[in-house]
Amino acid sequence: MGLKQNLHNLKEKYKGTKMAPAFNAIHTFLYLPNETTHGGTHIKAADDLKRTMNTVIMALVPCLLFGMFNAGYQHNAAINGFTEGMSFFSGDFWNMDNFLVGLTKILPLVIVSYLVGLVIEFIFAVIKGHEVEEGYLVTGMLVPLIVPVDLPLWMLAVAVAFGVVIGKEVFGGTGMNILNPALTIRAFLFFAYPTWMSGDKVWVHGAVEAAGTADAISGETVLGSLAQSQPISYSVSDMFFGFIPGSVGETSTLLILLGALFLIFTKIGSWRIMLSSVIGALVMGFIFNQVVDMGWVGETSKFYGLMSLDFWKHLLIGGFAFGAVYMATDPVTAAQTNKGKWIYGFLIGFISIMIRVFNPAYPEGVMLAILLMNVFAPTIDHYVVQGNVKRRLKRLKAKTA
Amino acid sequence: MGLLSKKDAALITDPLADNNPITIQVLGICSALAITAELKASIVMSLSVLFVLGVGNVVISLMRNIIPSKIRIIVQLIVVATLVIIVDQVLKAFAYDLSKTLSVFIGLIITNCIIMGRFEAFALGNGPWRSFLDGIGNALGYAVILIIVGFFRELLGSGTLLGFKVLGDPIEKTGLYALGYENNGFMLLSPMALIVVGIIIWVQRTRNKALVED
Repeated sequence: MGLKQNLHNLKEKYKGTKMAPAFNAIHTFLYLPNETTHGGTHIKAADDLKRTMNTVIMALVPCLLFGMFNAGYQHNAAINGFTEGMSFFSGDFWNMDNFLVGLTKILPLVIVSYLVGLVIEFIFAVIKGHEVEEGYLVTGMLVPLIVPVDLPLWMLAVAVAFGVVIGKEVFGGTGMNILNPALTIRAFLFFAYPTWMSGDKVWVHGAVEAAGTADAISGETVLGSLAQSQPISYSVSDMFFGFIPGSVGETSTLLILLGALFLIFTKIGSWRIMLSSVIGALVMGFIFNQVVDMGWVGETSKFYGLMSLDFWKHLLIGGFAFGAVYMATDPVTAAQTNKGKWIYGFLIGFISIMIRVFNPAYPEGVMLAILLMNVFAPTIDHYVVQGNVKRRLKRLKAKTA
Repeated sequence: MGLLSKKDAALITDPLADNNPITIQVLGICSALAITAELKASIVMSLSVLFVLGVGNVVISLMRNIIPSKIRIIVQLIVVATLVIIVDQVLKAFAYDLSKTLSVFIGLIITNCIIMGRFEAFALGNGPWRSFLDGIGNALGYAVILIIVGFFRELLGSGTLLGFKVLGDPIEKTGLYALGYENNGFMLLSPMALIVVGIIIWVQRTRNKALVED
């Protein structure tokens, strides 16, 4: 008897009891259920929730692997010196030394994220007596990618517990949440433990311990140094390939772009939201550039550094690309109507860059912008639908009159 | 409870749990969010409300038959404002630092919905003794929530209770801090107070399903 049959037997044995959802979840996650539907009419489709979730995870894996290499690279390079003008496949980046450093730092983050989140999902499924929902599969993968590499694990555990319970379960679980759970978790960390989530010490592994000693490492993110009106020390190709300090998985715009294409090709992510948020960001960036060109903001202004940044470079730095592709497109919290998606995405991009420039205390505007628009998404949908209703009523009147 | 009849005792015990002014009637939320970052401030706020509501209910109840109903709100406002000014002045005289922390929120007791609510709903229609008990009961119900919220916010947010460093010293890294524990800054922000109140409501309604609406 294989594992599948064992699980099936357990499922039968516990049928109707409180623990049943737990066994069902493991069984259907690993295998096809033993019993198939019969009778009646069916629509046969392969794209169930698990398939959807797994597709997003597949799109995230390159970012995760890159994040591991980058964590090591940033750590080692901070000690031994950076390589100038690396190409994407440079051996200075893709080597075992870097990977091992990253693996030992990031794998625990992934494990803690999944363990805490899934345990809570199982507990709630057992208490409420419904099946375990798949929603956490993606959240659990997103969370380690959007936190700094040196984040203490217990903080992550607390934040995941908070995010899953307050961000999702109190609203009724997967599909009912108003806010993106992964961003809720990050926002919790950001406001609860700001010293671990911002500043120039947390983005590079080892910088916190080295602070104040002779080996001190400066791990300022591009956004951080711009907020202080210092010039960027990274080339455009470094920023595009992702050889820069930042949260674990969000640095490589190239890989995020590939992930975006994959999500669009598989029709999992909405291209409307991705495109419109990029447009929104570019428009806001362009407005700021114009303001600088007009001479309204001088070099002495504290906004000068970020405002004068070429508008298209905003897409390469910070977590904007990652947020726009993987978080803004979350089908549960985004706008549902096509027109609504354009508005929703555009405002995310627009507000992200605005927060980024105007509030140096919150260098990562995209997190707050997406959470804000999550709240407004139902409102946008409501007005889009009402607009349609009105237009059709008018048409009807014109026809009958 | 030899002192009170069963009906009178219920006036005090009901607001403590199943008819709590904050978690069930959802009144007086603003002050519960604003001043609960420290346990001490919560306690002083609770005492202030206890005084204002207890005395105010008695005063209104004594005057209930001579207040013309058209101007009763104004009369109630004057009574509560007088009492609040007394509290404010006493705090300024004897606990200046605390009155700084509580800032406008002592003054804003005037607008606390619990107080006007009890005046309107109870003191205008009941005798002074029963009104007094009702005032005390509701103020205690308010106090319970404030103190619970204040307790958790101060403990998790600053690692202290009433100013005592119960979890160790965050700077010298003693106690829990030696293990890498850190204070949760989010707890000190008002949104977290809302979430803590929400969790209390959640727990309360899970224990007593009769409280769940719709």
